[in-house]
Amino acid sequence: MAVKKLQIALYWGAACGGCDVAVLDTNEFILDVAALADIRLWPIAVDGKYADVEALADNELDLTFFNGAVRNSENEHLAKLLRRKSKMLVAFGSCAHLGGIPGLANLTGREEILTKNYLHNPSIEPGNKKIPLPETDLNGQLLQLPYFFKRVYRLADIVPVDYCLPGCPPAPEQVKLSILALAGGKRPPPGSTIGAAERNLCDDCQRSKSEKKIKHFYRPHEILQDPDKCLLEQGILCMGPVTRSGCGVRCPDTGLGCRGCYGPAPDVMDQGSKFISALGSIIDSKDPHEIETIIAGIPDLTAILYRFGLPASFLQRSLKL
Amino acid sequence: MSFEPRILGILCNWCSYAGADLAGTSRIHYPPNVRIIRVMCSARVDPTFVVKALVSGADGVLICGCHPGDCHYSEGNYKTMRRIPLLKKVLKDFGIEDERVRLEWISASEGQRFADIVKDMTERIRVLGPSHVACELHADPRER
Repeated sequence: MAVKKLQIALYWGAACGGCDVAVLDTNEFILDVAALADIRLWPIAVDGKYADVEALADNELDLTFFNGAVRNSENEHLAKLLRRKSKMLVAFGSCAHLGGIPGLANLTGREEILTKNYLHNPSIEPGNKKIPLPETDLNGQLLQLPYFFKRVYRLADIVPVDYCLPGCPPAPEQVKLSILALAGGKRPPPGSTIGAAERNLCDDCQRSKSEKKIKHFYRPHEILQDPDKCLLEQGILCMGPVTRSGCGVRCPDTGLGCRGCYGPAPDVMDQGSKFISALGSIIDSKDPHEIETIIAGIPDLTAILYRFGLPASFLQRSLKL
Repeated sequence: MSFEPRILGILCNWCSYAGADLAGTSRIHYPPNVRIIRVMCSARVDPTFVVKALVSGADGVLICGCHPGDCHYSEGNYKTMRRIPLLKKVLKDFGIEDERVRLEWISASEGQRFADIVKDMTERIRVLGPSHVACELHADPRER
């Protein structure tokens, strides 16, 4: 008797495409996925139309991987549609999980983003005065575009999510294991973070760690690194202490500080403010003026602290919007 | 109704809480707008607590510890001295006014100083008006 194949969909909201590439980076395993499942929608790889998804019965899809944040009305529509059609909805990658890099736009107003990009950007057509609008009348024809929201949302702000698979992008090995786990009978309890560890990154980092005393913070290319010593001890910002492990310590192993893409470690509620706590412990100064100077030497502090998780943080967005 | 600021005070056990206690036993009057939580050291104040207080509806957060050099745990208040400026820099990017978070050193003998600081902070926040952090978050989620 032929076993009914798993019905899956992969979709991107406000995303760069890297998450879809992470799925392809599972290499030949992708052939097993094709054998195991029918792919009903995957805009980057398969020609499926939204109308085909709308025609599906509710819960007809077994599994949907949604990557990308929710930035506009199209993302929102597809999030709601796929939620209705899917038994399991997975927030795949940092953007769907926490808001991701697009989430940094929550520090800047919508008007400022649109005017900057369409009117003042050096790469635009000179003299351009047009900003895309949700509705445009062109010679009597009504053209419609998705509506650009005032701020960025993570997927869970819009619809209930069954699992989160963190990472920017998720490590291909974790993608593979997660697909196998969700396709098989041994599913983790709903609401779990899958494809990641229940500890912080430092627990998995092999660099030697001792007392940290920092007078100046460096960007990775500014100093000659000791490959065996904790990056924070060398003055390189590394979000490891507050970030969930599971990526395989990819960034610190190559001499870059952890950027925090796997989101807050278990028991960390707000990644950025928790890291401030850690920074306060390692800055080596008891003089308020010197402390000011050291802090001023950190470029774009807020974006470093909340690089992947601003819409998921306590504050979510700037009040100036 | 006139606006009454709600200020959360987080005070260290060894100096500032004793200072606030002295203000009380000395019958010094100060505004009742501050709600005090006692912690063992100002270094116990995780910046997450401050942010959590703001999103939970506090109009201001006052953190008090021992004067530099006087920490019961020798170095704790220096950590706070470094954390709060970092936090303030971040809060500024989120559009939260600088006056809403304040760090002060108050010894066990400075009851009057505690009362003066609470008076001053209450007045400053009264001028600033209510914090919009909490209500903005609970606004219509689509906000088109």
